[in-house]
Amino acid sequence: MADMPTYPTRYAYAEAVQELAAANPDVVLLNADVAKSMRTNEFAERFPEREFNFGIAEQNMMAAAAGMATVGLIPFVSTYAVFASMRACEQVRTMICYPRLNVKIAASHGGLTPGQDGVTHQGLEDMALMRSLAGMTVIQPADATSTRKAVWAAAAHPGPVYLRLTRDPVPVLYDDSLQFEIGRAITLRDGEDATIIAIGDMVALAVEAADMLEGEGLEVGVLDMHTLKPLDEAAVVRAARATGAIVTAENHTLFGGLGSAVAEVLGEQCPVPLSRVGLGNTFAESGPYKELLVKYRMSSVDIAAAVRRVVSRKDRVRSR
Amino acid sequence: MDTDTPALRDLERMAATIRCDIIRMIHRAGAGHPGGALSAADLVTALYFRVMRLDPRNPSWPARDRFILSKGHACPVLYAALARRGYFALSELETLRRLGSRLQGHPDMLKTPGIDMTAGSLGQGLSAGLGMALAARVKGLDIHVYVLVGDGEVQEGQVWEAAMAATKWQTANLVALLDCNRLQNDGEVASIMPVEPLAAKWQAFGWEVREIDGHNMREIVETLEDVRDHAVRPTAILAHTIKGCGVSFMENVPGWHGRAPNDEEAERALCELRRQLDG
Repeated sequence: MADMPTYPTRYAYAEAVQELAAANPDVVLLNADVAKSMRTNEFAERFPEREFNFGIAEQNMMAAAAGMATVGLIPFVSTYAVFASMRACEQVRTMICYPRLNVKIAASHGGLTPGQDGVTHQGLEDMALMRSLAGMTVIQPADATSTRKAVWAAAAHPGPVYLRLTRDPVPVLYDDSLQFEIGRAITLRDGEDATIIAIGDMVALAVEAADMLEGEGLEVGVLDMHTLKPLDEAAVVRAARATGAIVTAENHTLFGGLGSAVAEVLGEQCPVPLSRVGLGNTFAESGPYKELLVKYRMSSVDIAAAVRRVVSRKDRVRSR
Repeated sequence: MDTDTPALRDLERMAATIRCDIIRMIHRAGAGHPGGALSAADLVTALYFRVMRLDPRNPSWPARDRFILSKGHACPVLYAALARRGYFALSELETLRRLGSRLQGHPDMLKTPGIDMTAGSLGQGLSAGLGMALAARVKGLDIHVYVLVGDGEVQEGQVWEAAMAATKWQTANLVALLDCNRLQNDGEVASIMPVEPLAAKWQAFGWEVREIDGHNMREIVETLEDVRDHAVRPTAILAHTIKGCGVSFMENVPGWHGRAPNDEEAERALCELRRQLDG
């Protein structure tokens, strides 16, 4: 992993949405004073008549996007995850999801990636909140390549989409041949002993963990579950049947995100040992993204430890 | 004689008819918000029967003018206007708030033909209207967007976010109609959370401000048509109204914000309204 090129997915989004706008005159971009940070200011220069900077007023921006969608535009609303999912949560629910409007919400600074900014800017509850909204599609791509594809897929998908992005650079895992389909997990590697189901920036860490475990003789599969909702339940059940043990990895609170969603499917359809990696019942703090992952037990080492735990539980179940 | 006089008289009769519909609907449903629906009846009538460009046979006509009932709890007035305008059968008004009805407790654009925007969570409608006004610019559509906002509703900060933004983009095709009936759920706006001076606030935000008697049909129509044809920036029309207007025992009584009349009260209200129709 260390020698892989890296890129922040927020920049990949900003580039892709420009390409999309060049191809589709109905695409408009809404900013809320973080255009420089997300590099969506380049869109503003290229398509000035289709960019709207609402200033520091996310609630107004979100409901205005809803109004735009009723007239046939495809608004891409760009802000940070905390503000998109919490400051404007009710606008997203009542004005966008309830009328099933074609609004795409691009939420940067997902999880601990805005590390040094601290808790106010770390969006760690957003996926759980967005997942609870009827009709919402919730996506966090793992890398820059899948982010570009996700932007096009979101535009082609009728209805609201929440697209979560990272502030920090993450390894580029895929090349342009990637087939990205909303709601279909990507198998990065097959395994026999356990499967790590990861989302977003945690996918690269899951691959790292699987590499470590390979040295210990464990064959561990990795699924890139880029779409949290609708969850690829069939892929979860297949992984559970094939490997008999699951670890989830998300840069998000453990309450209501990927780990919860996978547990729901396993509990109802195929119970197997499960361990969830994510942020526990705490707020984090300021610090570099990677150091925070270590401190809050969300690093590749922690993912590997979780795999060892589920494998040993699986063995105990078998030996009974 | 003013050639508009007969039309104004027709509009006044239509407003009285719609007030009857409101009372019948809310009485039958056993729940709803008569006060704010009655206060807005003349404004909504003027829009749907005179001012707005519409095609009831084609509710999703892209070039139609748009209306958002931001104070969505007043929706019986809008449902009655839509039914009277021919968007759906009058008999459907009886289904208000019933299970399976297209007429929800607050406006739902997916269910009801003619509803341009889902609304009812207060404070959000003007933002949506701003989005429509901006989208019209992008799409090259010559449309006007009317948003009916309650005077208590402007306690929501989002209203002022939208007001600020409309001035930035100079959306001359956006009209905020304020139903200033001076009452809200818990009592008088002035005591719950004062919003005055409203005209000065909207002016300070860069809006053109008009003040009218919200029950004077001539004033309503003349102002709306003048704004529609001549506005160069977003306009707030402060319509001074009486909550419960048209039913003597409901007028200016906060308790009629959100309760249905019983059988006897409904009959008394309809008697009064029929006298206005005949008068």
